[in-house]
Amino acid sequence: MPDESSPSAAGRMTRRGMLATAGAGGVAAAYGLTAGRARGAVPTWLQSELAGTVTFGSNASDPVPKQAYANVMKAFTKKTGIKVAINTVDHNTFQEQINTYLQGRPQDVFTWFAGYRMQFFAQKGLLSPIDDVWASLAPSFSPAMKAASKGLDGHYYFVPIYNYPWAVFYRKSLFAKNGYTIPKTWDQFIALAKQMKSDGLTPIAFTDKDGWPAMGTFDILNMRINGYQFHVNLMAGKQAWDSAQVKAVFKQWQELLPYYSSGALGLTWEEGAQQLVNKQAGMYLLGSFVAQQATDPADHADLDFFPYPSINSKWGQDSLDAPIDGFLMSKHPKNAAGAKQLLAYLGSAAAENIYLKSDPNDTGANKNVSTAHYSTLQVKAAKLIAGAKHIAQYMDRDTRPDFASTVMIPALQQFLNNPNDINGLTSSIQKQKVAIFGS
Amino acid sequence: MAIDVAPRVGAGGAPRKGRAVRLSTRDRIAITVMVGVPLLVVGAFIWFPTIASIGLSFTNWDGIGGISSAHWVGTRNYHEIATIYPPFWPAVEHNIIWLGFLVFVATPLGLLLAYELDKNIRGTRIYQSVFFLPVVLSFAIIGFIWELIYSPTQGLINNLITNTAHGHVIDWLGNPKLNLWAVLVAVGWRHAGYIMILYLAGLKAVDPSLREAAAIDGAGEWHAFRTVVFPALRPINIVIVVVTVIEALRAFDIVYIINRGRNGLELLSVLVTDNIIGEASRVGYGSSIAVILIVISIVPIVVFVWNSFQERIS
Repeated sequence: MPDESSPSAAGRMTRRGMLATAGAGGVAAAYGLTAGRARGAVPTWLQSELAGTVTFGSNASDPVPKQAYANVMKAFTKKTGIKVAINTVDHNTFQEQINTYLQGRPQDVFTWFAGYRMQFFAQKGLLSPIDDVWASLAPSFSPAMKAASKGLDGHYYFVPIYNYPWAVFYRKSLFAKNGYTIPKTWDQFIALAKQMKSDGLTPIAFTDKDGWPAMGTFDILNMRINGYQFHVNLMAGKQAWDSAQVKAVFKQWQELLPYYSSGALGLTWEEGAQQLVNKQAGMYLLGSFVAQQATDPADHADLDFFPYPSINSKWGQDSLDAPIDGFLMSKHPKNAAGAKQLLAYLGSAAAENIYLKSDPNDTGANKNVSTAHYSTLQVKAAKLIAGAKHIAQYMDRDTRPDFASTVMIPALQQFLNNPNDINGLTSSIQKQKVAIFGS
Repeated sequence: MAIDVAPRVGAGGAPRKGRAVRLSTRDRIAITVMVGVPLLVVGAFIWFPTIASIGLSFTNWDGIGGISSAHWVGTRNYHEIATIYPPFWPAVEHNIIWLGFLVFVATPLGLLLAYELDKNIRGTRIYQSVFFLPVVLSFAIIGFIWELIYSPTQGLINNLITNTAHGHVIDWLGNPKLNLWAVLVAVGWRHAGYIMILYLAGLKAVDPSLREAAAIDGAGEWHAFRTVVFPALRPINIVIVVVTVIEALRAFDIVYIINRGRNGLELLSVLVTDNIIGEASRVGYGSSIAVILIVISIVPIVVFVWNSFQERIS
């Protein structure tokens, strides 16, 4: 790995500057700075060759989803005769480079996430609206899914394929052995945690070395205490972070800290999952991907979850984080007609059935997806999501990417280190929020 | 080289003043190419990006769309960094601690190792290889290795000294008061080996008769080292200082591997990366941090260049 030292970081930043400056001078056509110009650079013989092919940029670098997409694309080619050229990039790299990717030569269709993280790029004019694709898809999706697929301008940009809920995971056998019952309210939740602690368990596995897992706890507490609408407005920058409501969230959070894994800031989510699987920890708030860590089928079958307990009876358990993954079409696809056909296919129950056969931890986004292959966990997850009144996308998808990564990750880690200075913390977040959102 | 054969007698017979000579066309072309190409490369890949960074640091460019979408914001980025950006001052502090640790702990340790191994003790080659081994590893690999050693529940240290299943574990990488020092141990592990090799080469060049003379004069080992050997190492010392400062300022990979440079491991280089690369894309803001890093880097460079010029003059 090359040294990512500061000079090279500075160099990379200015490389963009160089490209942009070159673009102003009109030299960028050769670099393909904008896809429009790049299209002009493709020779005509190649264009006709490409007419029968759609390009697909995938972040599914893990073997299982990679194979799943390959199967889906094969079925699409069989059905329509259109070939799909898949370009798979490492999952994190794809995410990190999305800005340069979209401004370079993105594939016609590519994998991405719903929420503000998609709307931001739509607003920047880097995506194509696909309202015509949705004309056929609309009847197969719930209102929540439809809302999550639209940009801020009201047009459709996104085709969802699957989502997964964030809930409190536990081992059925451990609960049965110790006679624990599922907590429905905050008081029951805390009482259970206390009981587990006296039984020698870590009541709640909690890990935040990666920086993002703590966001899940903030999200759910905020939605439970202040309601979904407040949460969404807060994420969109329409609410102040130093308000009494936000302080109440951190205050509530303080009550959980004594029951967390020790050394949480030095642990990865995988290590937390191991604590749960090994029955060292009793409960774990995480996305259903936590089940990937239960590699023994018996352990996997023993995993179960319950929705986060209610705190404010006004909201009950009406909302949750259930991030949606899916697809977007780039601004200037080389094969727009083929790309739209592919998107329509990817949104169909047929495509989702093929995909989900090889993915036992997610649930299909399409209403008509066959649940015959679902595990008990998937059936339950689908029921939980379908029953929720409001679905949030997770903090790093619901707010500006720069705010989530440069402000909230350090801020939540600071809270975990120094939980008592809520006033100082929230006022620091608020100042940075104003600087980033501009109000 | 063409330029060194310069002071020749001119065609007219009279000796020319100084080094000014008439060069043949071929020589001129050769000089132009030899100087011009590197100059162009340096200009395009070092000076242009540097100046562009400084320019961008006064804008709020988000890296999307052309540079025309950037707005001039004056010194607002700098003001915000210094006042409301919580990771900034810790990052400065960590960079300074990093430099201090390398200068006062890791480098002397490397010197000590070199001095002892230079005595041709038995198995010196084996020791040299062992101490030098970490240097051939990249910091990314080193970060990974030490992560396995430090991990709270699954790591080597905690499993040796405590019962990780129950009770309190020592959170080597998650406790912000502790993790910088834990990482510095790993950094020192590599840096000492690097310095050791450089000093070993330097010590080989020290005339053994100097030491003998010191010993005959009755100087103790420490005294002889301090007054005879160390001053003789002066040329290598300058290299060591430069290497150490560079290592401290370009520190990045190891903390990025461990926890992406957060929660006690903030460094200026990480803040630049965090803001510019990745989804955040605050190019203007990140450029301001980069400029601050440039300014800090310039200080030791100036000192070094000034020093070496002084030496050449004397």
